[in-house]
Amino acid sequence: MGHAIGLECRECGKRHAKEPIAACSECWGALQPVYDVERVCRTFTRETIACRPRDLWRYRELLPLDGDELVGRGTGFTPLVPAPRLGRRLGIRELWIKYDAACHPTLSFKDRLVAVALTKAREFGMTTVGCASTGNLANAVAAGAAAAGLRAVVLVPQDLEAAKLAATTVYGAALVGVRGDYDRVNRLAGEVAETRGWGFVNVNLRAYYAEGSKTVGFEIAEQRGWTLPGHVVAPMAGGSLLTKVERAFRQLVELRLVADSSFSLHGAQPSGCSPIVGAWKKGAARLEPVKPTTIVRSLAIGDPADGLAALAAIRRTSGRCEDPTDAEVLQGIRLLAETEGLFAETAGGTVVAAAHRLAEGGAFDDGRPVVLLITGHGLKTTESLGGAPFSAIVDGRLEDFDAFWAGRETAHPALAVTG
Amino acid sequence: MSIRVRIPTPLRPATGGRGELQVEATDVAGVLERLWLDHAPLRDRICDEQGNLRSFVRLFVNDEDVRFLQDLRTPLSAGDTVAIVPAIAGGRPPM
Repeated sequence: MGHAIGLECRECGKRHAKEPIAACSECWGALQPVYDVERVCRTFTRETIACRPRDLWRYRELLPLDGDELVGRGTGFTPLVPAPRLGRRLGIRELWIKYDAACHPTLSFKDRLVAVALTKAREFGMTTVGCASTGNLANAVAAGAAAAGLRAVVLVPQDLEAAKLAATTVYGAALVGVRGDYDRVNRLAGEVAETRGWGFVNVNLRAYYAEGSKTVGFEIAEQRGWTLPGHVVAPMAGGSLLTKVERAFRQLVELRLVADSSFSLHGAQPSGCSPIVGAWKKGAARLEPVKPTTIVRSLAIGDPADGLAALAAIRRTSGRCEDPTDAEVLQGIRLLAETEGLFAETAGGTVVAAAHRLAEGGAFDDGRPVVLLITGHGLKTTESLGGAPFSAIVDGRLEDFDAFWAGRETAHPALAVTG
Repeated sequence: MSIRVRIPTPLRPATGGRGELQVEATDVAGVLERLWLDHAPLRDRICDEQGNLRSFVRLFVNDEDVRFLQDLRTPLSAGDTVAIVPAIAGGRPPM
């Protein structure tokens, strides 16, 4: 027997039974599970959690499960690492990286959401699951379905990065390329889910799926010794992750697992697709949809389903927004790699670049700890980096190498001294 | 001018179960007015108390979101299709 007692509409509050439904039947708003806090309190303590395996299921009382069969063992509990060198470069006193590029098994935070969604799919007796995806979710659903013995049907824009396509089909998933942008793919997914009765993780399993993102917030708090960070910078595609980090922090406060300290949630989108940032900067009540034009494919959602909720969370927590250019995104990827040895995909570059702008704008001047959410691995988006792969190509003779290195010492004397 | 209107599953109880309607209109606002006349219960589902489109309702003309066109004033030609789509779509209602 699970701890979630039903679903409620985040907009109008209407209660719904725990069914595979996409949205509120009244106002079409997003649904979220409601938990029996009294029951959660009985077993969800710092001590019991500390004794559990280091994966996302250690927070199971606050995930919407009803059975004992779990999909995605070993997923989550990714490193939270200090980033002092990057911090110095960005002008941030205490900087941390939550590195979901190391998430098991497909190297993005989507593995967390899929673990929850496929666990529910099995509870509902579904045998075919699917998703609309910009890439990372496609990988996670395909791998998760294979491990859970489910059939996967994945819809993506047909011009995605090659690595994300290969890392979907290898698991035996049916991969359908759709002509058009993600928003077109998403609408088709809605129609397929409706007519086929399949479990589409970000459509009719969305209320459950999205809760998986909370585990990023739970982990950050636990890894910091059960305290909340002052600032979190999150990438925004559909906008859900940022809202779920807020929900996670508030649930921990409600359960008295952490002290009620203030925190600010900041949002990052690339300038070629920034409907949420745009609304925040204008102080608008509604989002203007956009046609994405950015190399950051994983954030290229022009009509974000949870955009308004993300905007509300940013405003509620006195957060800010930034939308760096694609050039800044690439600099962000290189800066993170060169200073901390961490390779992020373009969404992570967007977060680093946005944090740079936020720091320059004084957003972190209060000196509270800052956590950047790096949600996917750079190996998935290598073609965006461009440039020459080699510093030199030599004939395999020592004098060739020495000639190359001598030239390099002349060109970069500082590098040569420390290198 | 005859316009084809696609009704999503959650709204079909208001149209007698029909997923597609033909209405006479020259712009998107005209389509909605026609729908309110013929199928009054649709209005509350698509618009809020102030008469604005609900936040989670999308309108498409031939596959393009009307917010990229001229919104409710988007002109229509004979044979155009107007689709009403929930922003978070899909899912089969429980039996």
